[in-house]
Amino acid sequence: MSRTSLPKNLRLACAALALAFTAPAVAQQQVVIVTSFPKELTGAYKKAFEAKHPGIKVEILNKPTPAGVAYVRESPANNKPDVFWVSAPDAFQVLAAEKLLAKIQTPAKEVPNKIGNYPINDPDGYYLGQALAGYGIMWNTRYLKANKLPQPKEWADLVKPVYFGHVAMSSPSRSGTTHLTVETILQGEGWEKGWRQMLMISGNCAAITERSFGVPDGVNSGQYGIGLVIDFFGLAAKSSGFPAEFVYPSVTAIVPANIGMVAGAKNADNAKKFIDYTLSPEGQELLFDPKISRLPVLPSVYSKAPAGFPNPFAGKIKPKVNFDSDLSESRYYVVSSIFDQTITFRHKELVQAAKAINSAAAKLAGKDNPQAAKLLAEARDFAYSPVVTAEQVKDKEFLALYRNTKRDALKTKQVTALEEHWGNAARSNYARAIDLADRAAALAK
Amino acid sequence: MTPRFTFTQAALALAIALFLLVFLVVPVATVMYVAFTNSDGSLTLAHFRSFFQLTLMREAFYNSLYVGGMSVLVSSVFALPLAYFTARFQFRGALLIQTLGVLPLIMPPFVGATAMQLLFGRSGSLNLILGDWFDLNLPIMEGLNAVIFVEALHYFPFILLNLTAALNNIDSAMEESAQNLGASGFRLFRRIVFPLALPGYMAGAALVFLKVFDDVATPLVLNVTDILAAQAYFRITSIGIDDPIGYVASVIMVCASMAALWGSTWVMRGKDYATLQRGGSSLATRRLGPWQGLFAYGWIALVLLLVLSPHLGLVLLSFSKLWSFTVVPESYTLSNYAAVFQDSPFMLWNSLLYCGIAAGLDVLIGTAIAYLMLRTSLPGRRLLDLTASAAVAIPGIVLGIGYLRTFRGFNLPFSDLPFVSFWLIIAFAFTVRRLPYALRSCVAALQQVHVSMEEAAENLGANNRRTVTRIVVPLMAGGILAGFVTSFLTAAVEISATLMLVSATSDAPASYGIYLYMQSIVGRGPGAALGVITVLLVALGTYASHRIMRARSQRFETLQALK
Repeated sequence: MSRTSLPKNLRLACAALALAFTAPAVAQQQVVIVTSFPKELTGAYKKAFEAKHPGIKVEILNKPTPAGVAYVRESPANNKPDVFWVSAPDAFQVLAAEKLLAKIQTPAKEVPNKIGNYPINDPDGYYLGQALAGYGIMWNTRYLKANKLPQPKEWADLVKPVYFGHVAMSSPSRSGTTHLTVETILQGEGWEKGWRQMLMISGNCAAITERSFGVPDGVNSGQYGIGLVIDFFGLAAKSSGFPAEFVYPSVTAIVPANIGMVAGAKNADNAKKFIDYTLSPEGQELLFDPKISRLPVLPSVYSKAPAGFPNPFAGKIKPKVNFDSDLSESRYYVVSSIFDQTITFRHKELVQAAKAINSAAAKLAGKDNPQAAKLLAEARDFAYSPVVTAEQVKDKEFLALYRNTKRDALKTKQVTALEEHWGNAARSNYARAIDLADRAAALAK
Repeated sequence: MTPRFTFTQAALALAIALFLLVFLVVPVATVMYVAFTNSDGSLTLAHFRSFFQLTLMREAFYNSLYVGGMSVLVSSVFALPLAYFTARFQFRGALLIQTLGVLPLIMPPFVGATAMQLLFGRSGSLNLILGDWFDLNLPIMEGLNAVIFVEALHYFPFILLNLTAALNNIDSAMEESAQNLGASGFRLFRRIVFPLALPGYMAGAALVFLKVFDDVATPLVLNVTDILAAQAYFRITSIGIDDPIGYVASVIMVCASMAALWGSTWVMRGKDYATLQRGGSSLATRRLGPWQGLFAYGWIALVLLLVLSPHLGLVLLSFSKLWSFTVVPESYTLSNYAAVFQDSPFMLWNSLLYCGIAAGLDVLIGTAIAYLMLRTSLPGRRLLDLTASAAVAIPGIVLGIGYLRTFRGFNLPFSDLPFVSFWLIIAFAFTVRRLPYALRSCVAALQQVHVSMEEAAENLGANNRRTVTRIVVPLMAGGILAGFVTSFLTAAVEISATLMLVSATSDAPASYGIYLYMQSIVGRGPGAALGVITVLLVALGTYASHRIMRARSQRFETLQALK
């Protein structure tokens, strides 16, 4: 077997090598785009752009955001991709900090500077807002009906015991969009109250998914009833025929999804043309496609929006939170790490605590038992208090530890010691909460 | 044959070592050195100390061992009867059963788990029915046990393939002698047949353990994060932090995998599994009694139903227009297949090409390493084996980044095209990632070949080369085929390194296409359709290679008989 397969494979490889060498002779103009966006969106832009600029081929390289960042960083200098196009703002910040993005001028002057308090285009000029996204709640109508659940409207609704085991969300360390949702709640409600809400919602979650797309995917198939998602997941699901609904809660933030040009892009001119096209009125209108359902950054194109399409510039979505991106950035990794150590990796324990508290609360309902009520309140405090206080998170030294992205023995030791502390604190808090809630329930008999 | 080595063998070993150095060791080292250094480049082991201080990591490590071990057990329950019945008795459709039995391997892990969710998940078909009838919901797809369930269903073909190859290699004289001495039934199996097939079983079991221990996709789709592979993946893919702990976890996974491999060879140390007589005299197949037949067919039907359930889910999904919270899809369509045939037929061809190259190279290298290791005393031969096997524990994304980093300065000869944007690099990544599978099968196959066959050939005047090509390789054929098939099948669903290395859509394999579809709201249908086509195509390839191999071994046997 090995005797015959070698020459055949070698011949194949040689033939292919020969082919590869002749290929450059007929090389066509192209623009290479690294993106994490779904096929519907990239396909629509590819088709429209190629029709407008015949002779330039759009090459879409779809990669998850972390792989996309690594790809841009590790590509050889003579073959850098041209355009980087993803949702998560943190990916652009990392690339800009590593000088992997080129500065670009916005072609669309009438795009406002800010949406709420959030700058649409990077103030340093490394990337541009190409679409807007808000965060909200989507649900599967069949699931809600089958399980006799009321429709949620606000984040605060999701802490109710009735939703126990029916919710899903992703983790801020896995998805830049989820990070924004968490940060929005923290900024909208305040650190302690925000975490309390976050922990209560997570306690109701059936899963903390590894990918942000896992949430809408699970809601669409009916695996989960309710999900915390970015708006276009909900809107596109609904318009694609799934039994899904979506609302913006009042505590929401509208933030841009960005596009940027890679420094040293092989086809810089074409990259510029492509970015210009995505921000032209024509390119912006593509976002209205029901399968895409993203919010344009150009206010003028909303006159052509389909009926019922949300317009963030016309006050149809009223974000109460003035998102402070500097604050968010200053504690970026701290928030992600706290979330993972106390929620993602201790989800089983958190869910058990939530279950014990819910069942104790149900037994106590309508009974006047101050002692049991006090125990239950203590249980809630243990389960739903953040392991880091509002004062601590303002501590510059503490934040500096996480802002230092360098790798050295001392830093690793300090960070892992903190993680260890948070993880253990969370676990013992949840155990205490279960114990207290059980005692409260016993008293209620 | 006294242990020795020739110049050719040394040159072969060097060539393999060079290949492994360039395409495995150096690329991985360029990424993994982070685990051992500070930012300023100074060496440190402090990251390891920090790692072991994390309760979470220790828990994750134990959980990984538990899931790996349990998956081997459950896989054995699936694989043993299938292998034994089909190899040992006259059985209708044995080839069909063995081909169906390897289908689970062709399912990309994230697709398989998705399909399983549709059937067994919290709102899957089964639980919807149970909920309607009995107001019951079984948490089949939750926690570590779900991981074991899905992994065992996915990877038991490793055991099935290698065990079947090993059973077919057993000399019937052994069995007949045992029967003459009064052994029969289960005792015969336990004392004679199974021990003789042990190399094949151990090869398969080691692969299942390694694969499950290092698998990240399945636990993540099931939202299980407290195992080592998931922890390593989480940390390696965090954007913007140079976190050494993730790489420390990877290094520890490599070490644990090595230890498991070493353990599996240690168990078999000092034992001889080779049997002598060969050529058309493998285990006699016998007729089943009516009750035995009923039991055997019933059991096989049950196992096949279970292991093919992800495929059932995938087929349903591929024809579905809309499937949400219902037992089966509510409306059906062919448009998913139309979309696939319009968009991505070239991806299927790419998959076949890359996987063919990878599996071909893998059995070449695997056979060579097995031979060098078991038949020569070449210094460093054990190191070749360990290095090649280490690839199983290297996360795909690490290998992908390593390739980009290592080869970015190199252009293809006679052109200004960078090597990293050439499609062959994807095939090489497949080769390296799937080499451990082929290698284990080849080693197991050679362990069953008695060295006196070669001595006889040499006594009759055959030179070394002729002995290898005319005696050793044909006798190993079953194991080599098993290795080729496992490499080929599993390369067809490789995704993590692929995502890193694809630099033009036209070079992308089918697994990339499936991933792409599955990333979008309306993409599940077409993604499933592409999945079904890939499964069919690869299954066809497997069936064909079985047929070719069977025809060839028959010819070989006739030749033997004529001589």
